[in-house]
Amino acid sequence: MLGKTAGGLFWLSRYLERSENTARLVEAGFRMALTRAASGEDEWGSVLTTVGCLNAYKAKHETITPNTSVDFLLRDKTNPMSVYSVMQMARDNARATRTALTREVWEAVNDGWMVLKEMLRRPVAQADLPNVLTTVRQQSALVRGALQGTMLRNDIFSFSRIGSLIERADNTARILDVKYYVLLPTGAPVGSSLDNVQWEMILRSASADRSFHWLNAGNVTPKAIAEFLILDARMPRSLAFCYDGLIDSLRELGAEYGDTRPSHDLAAKLEERLTGRTIDNIIDSGLHEFIREFIKANAELAAQVEQDYRFYE
Amino acid sequence: MRGSDESARQPYAEYCAWLESVKINELHKKSREAETFFRRTGITFNVYGEKDADERLIPFDLVPRIIDGKEWRLLVRGIEQRVKAINAFLHDIYHRQEILRAGRIPEHLIANNEAFLPEMIGVTPPGGVYTHIVGVDLVRTGANEFYVLEDNARTPSGVSYMLENRETMLKMFPELFSRIKVQPISNYPTLLRRSLGKCAPARSEGRPTVAVLTPGLHNSAYFEHAFLADQMGAELVEGHDLRVVDGRVAMRTTQGYQPVDVLYRRIDDEYLDPLNFNRSSMLGVPGIMDVYRSGGITLANAPGTGIADDKAIYSYMPDIVEFYTGQTAILKNVPTYRCSEADSLKYVLENLHELVVKEVHGSGGYGMLVGPAASKRELSAFRAKLTAKPSNYIAQPTLALSTVPVLTRGGLAPRHVDLRPYVLVSPDNIDITPGGLTRVAMKAGSLVVNSSQGGGTKDTWVLEE
Repeated sequence: MLGKTAGGLFWLSRYLERSENTARLVEAGFRMALTRAASGEDEWGSVLTTVGCLNAYKAKHETITPNTSVDFLLRDKTNPMSVYSVMQMARDNARATRTALTREVWEAVNDGWMVLKEMLRRPVAQADLPNVLTTVRQQSALVRGALQGTMLRNDIFSFSRIGSLIERADNTARILDVKYYVLLPTGAPVGSSLDNVQWEMILRSASADRSFHWLNAGNVTPKAIAEFLILDARMPRSLAFCYDGLIDSLRELGAEYGDTRPSHDLAAKLEERLTGRTIDNIIDSGLHEFIREFIKANAELAAQVEQDYRFYE
Repeated sequence: MRGSDESARQPYAEYCAWLESVKINELHKKSREAETFFRRTGITFNVYGEKDADERLIPFDLVPRIIDGKEWRLLVRGIEQRVKAINAFLHDIYHRQEILRAGRIPEHLIANNEAFLPEMIGVTPPGGVYTHIVGVDLVRTGANEFYVLEDNARTPSGVSYMLENRETMLKMFPELFSRIKVQPISNYPTLLRRSLGKCAPARSEGRPTVAVLTPGLHNSAYFEHAFLADQMGAELVEGHDLRVVDGRVAMRTTQGYQPVDVLYRRIDDEYLDPLNFNRSSMLGVPGIMDVYRSGGITLANAPGTGIADDKAIYSYMPDIVEFYTGQTAILKNVPTYRCSEADSLKYVLENLHELVVKEVHGSGGYGMLVGPAASKRELSAFRAKLTAKPSNYIAQPTLALSTVPVLTRGGLAPRHVDLRPYVLVSPDNIDITPGGLTRVAMKAGSLVVNSSQGGGTKDTWVLEE
């Protein structure tokens, strides 16, 4: 396979995952705004930070309001992180890698782009927001379904999966990063009294609220939530799940190409940080530092994969 | 579609019988379905010079153009003859130049021609094939009477539309295809792959590696490049995916650089190699011409083939066919006035309102004048251009092109059509896909069928005999 094609597949999957994550964050923010009268600004500020576009937002808008935030996150063409921009890039990557995609996958991406482009043509009224956000997630699910159902399990599939898992791990880690920063004043020990609504927001941002409650029967503690999102490999958006999958996919690539490359070792090292730990252990040595390091190492892994498989010249 | 007595011609009889049983709004509905299908599949093209423009659809009309099997056989003979002559001409022009020595073509026409590539002198492409893929643009003017409008010997485009038009028709009107026996075309990509493979350099081993070279995502024909690569199971590469490694052209894969045997390039000669041609080209591969000249890669089509489809050379095609095949040309040439010749120029200037004038190196319907449709002002503006640089133009009478109905808002209405059959040339064979791409002028009375000028396309049926 061409290095460029591998890169295109990797980024196609990253962008699809990203659009879905952003939609989920907007949904959580929207819900917070509905359930809490005060401090909409903080909530939207943290959503913008999690998506990684707070500075870009501030450069354009003076104050943080729900409407301008939602607009910036969903349909601002000048914001490279907006759902609109991200879907456009996903579709460009799909066009560039068409020869590697099945007709079903291509059509799912192309359909998704056409539907969203139309929906995001005009500002989204609050009453339509749930519908738009659901559509973003559904389109992403359709592509994933087409990938699962029609693609050969070869290097093409592996690069797509690696892209999507790296992006997802990054997203989950960012949610934790932002929320810890916001929630814990300096010096306050992790695990002290907590705002339940804030924790709901974290769980919702990761589509983890139902499964968490189902497993924990209403026993909401920050530690349990952190454990769930970091270490529980049953939870498809947890860091542990993502790294299980990454190790698998890299191993499959190794088997197909008959070699191991530096990214394989890097991923294995990162996975050790997750499997060899308990949540107490992580919290004791500094949860925030742990998350920070994880985000950095995850980005390094992405760069190593790019280099190992010659995505660029 | 209709003969001189206004009744539907024989090949259309069965189709017309079916048409009578269909309601017009049913056709409109199918037409909208077809458009959705094209959009979903992404069969679009980009329009140059329109910033931020959406990708466009080429209008597709769902009334097929139908050719009977016998007439098609005649066409096939004519096209084969012409394509053989073109390849013989190219070999001659870049080697001994017998045709110039024999005085059949004026020397200056070659020597001063931008399409003539001195870099190709003395080079014989692998398998001796210059034009692996040719599109011959034809018009039908009467029973068994076809004229060649132009030969496309560089990189004829549109074959993906030919294939997707058929796919769409099969999807829309399955009952028609069980009622009327139409010759299939779907094996074109397989034949293309095989034909290109047969032209691989002698030194390549095993199954030849074929790649399609595209200028990239923003090229107007990107869809076609991706489509053909996909259908052939070939890699779709851009210039920056390729480099010269150990005397071969190799592509950057996830497992290192791997040599390419045959490159179906969809970029012009000029951009192919910044070391040998246009230095500022970002699209090509530095040094690829040197690899080519040493026999390390096959380029399809060969560089320098433009000399054969140049519009000034076109007027000599009957001579060229005769010179290399020893036979009279089966397909007619449209009478052509070379404006470089004083007598012709005089005639053209006097009769501009009745003629079609084209730029010698133009394509895509740009820079041409359709006399009968032009305003007085357009005519006088063009007259000035002609006088300023006569050698840049040729002129032809307008032909009575055959028409085929298209579906318009007000129902079916006749429109002019042309036909581009696709020809694959390998060392031992010439394959011509039955039918080709029918292009149709969507405006009433218009003779311009180019997609860049708002022309549409139709499915083309050649009936089983």
